[in-house]
Amino acid sequence: MGTALVVGASLAGLHAARTLRLGGHEGPIIVADADVDAPYDKPPLSKQVLAGEWERDRIVLPAATEDLDLDLRLGLRATELDASARTVAFAGADGADGAATVAFDQLVIATGAAARRLPDTAGIAGVHVVRTLHDSLALRAELEATPSRVVVIGAGFIGAEVASTCRRRGLEVTLVEALSVPLERILGAEMGRVCAAVHVANGVDLRLGVGVDHLDTIEVGGESRVTGVTLTDGSTVVADVVVVGIGVQLNVDWLTESGLTIDDGVVCDASLRAAPGIVAAGDLARYPSARFDRMLRIEHWETAIAGGEAAARTLLAEQRRESAPVFDPVPWFWSDQYDRKIQLAGRPQPSDECVVVEGSTEEFRFVALYGSGDRLTGVLGMNRPRHVVQMRMAMEEGITFPAALERMATP
Amino acid sequence: MRIVVDFDLCESNAVCMGIAPEIFEVRDDDFLYVLDENPPESMRAKVEESIQRCPKQAISLVED
Repeated sequence: MGTALVVGASLAGLHAARTLRLGGHEGPIIVADADVDAPYDKPPLSKQVLAGEWERDRIVLPAATEDLDLDLRLGLRATELDASARTVAFAGADGADGAATVAFDQLVIATGAAARRLPDTAGIAGVHVVRTLHDSLALRAELEATPSRVVVIGAGFIGAEVASTCRRRGLEVTLVEALSVPLERILGAEMGRVCAAVHVANGVDLRLGVGVDHLDTIEVGGESRVTGVTLTDGSTVVADVVVVGIGVQLNVDWLTESGLTIDDGVVCDASLRAAPGIVAAGDLARYPSARFDRMLRIEHWETAIAGGEAAARTLLAEQRRESAPVFDPVPWFWSDQYDRKIQLAGRPQPSDECVVVEGSTEEFRFVALYGSGDRLTGVLGMNRPRHVVQMRMAMEEGITFPAALERMATP
Repeated sequence: MRIVVDFDLCESNAVCMGIAPEIFEVRDDDFLYVLDENPPESMRAKVEESIQRCPKQAISLVED
């Protein structure tokens, strides 16, 4: 049985630890995370927490309050996995003490990702990312001072939610996106344009197809502080606060010398196994999907939970010398922006056919299906949760694109 | 067991409906309806999964 080590105490790691314990793992379960605030739920960080509606006690994960006999070690940043010696070296996060080497029999890799930052902006006051609780509270403190304008760089889901929260706080917002259509790679051009229109309808100054040339700063009391953003079209947007939402960088540095295959994530088999006794889950796990006929790496909330559970079941199966279950769910996520709830199930490609089957995109209340040939690749809903969940369930059962279109056409 | 939904928290993500459509239903008005507040013991695993997976932590279980 031995010691299970889970590196990462967010959703994937915590649910892996929980599944190991509930699944009968009787040995020690050590759960380590660099974030001293872990474990907590991240979706509210760009919404309710940032809005000042929720405090940290409201985002404690339910699994964190269960009696699972976990050895939780916070403030420890993994620095190196030695897969043959079966050890992980840790350092204290943020310069704190805590250097340690932890031996394991089985390992869950769930260190997730960190927010990407703009180059050469470290240490400039007023420039934020939103990834951790610390990030969210720091940005919130600046929003509470009622800045004259907030510039959000990147109109992905985090940027869109931050823009939404700032508008709800009554703040002026400029949203800058380098692509000519936001979310095009995820939703396709047509639906990306609908999402762009939602921002404009909610009073956001949306700048598409333009990048950031540089940040403008002043020196105040020995500190550099942002005053605006100069864009690649030569215009300057004056702002007291800048939020950068340009994606993530996977926390895989500690695995570079491990011998594991690292290629846009930790490359796993269909049971999330990266090597014997070593599994990965959450944002950094890349696995073969038979359902979508390609390798997938999914950064969704639900996939972190399901992946953590599946990875743990793979370890439990190894302990019992059973075959491990295959992980291949229909991925889905939601994003709350203004008074709209956007939900996408599946994994459409931008080139897939996209058909609005219910409601109207002008009213921002609709259902759209994506397909390629006979394959249903996705369902997108805006304020249509029932339709999305029902079609997601049908996708799990393998409904074809023509059959899905016909079902939606039947009242 | 009795299911309690905090409707101030619920935002109709319909995750619970995906797990236990016998108990939870999001209707055309986008509101969640609990079809069976006192589900049989055989539904316990699905109810507990719904509680874990609710993105808003809006569902709880009261033992009568």
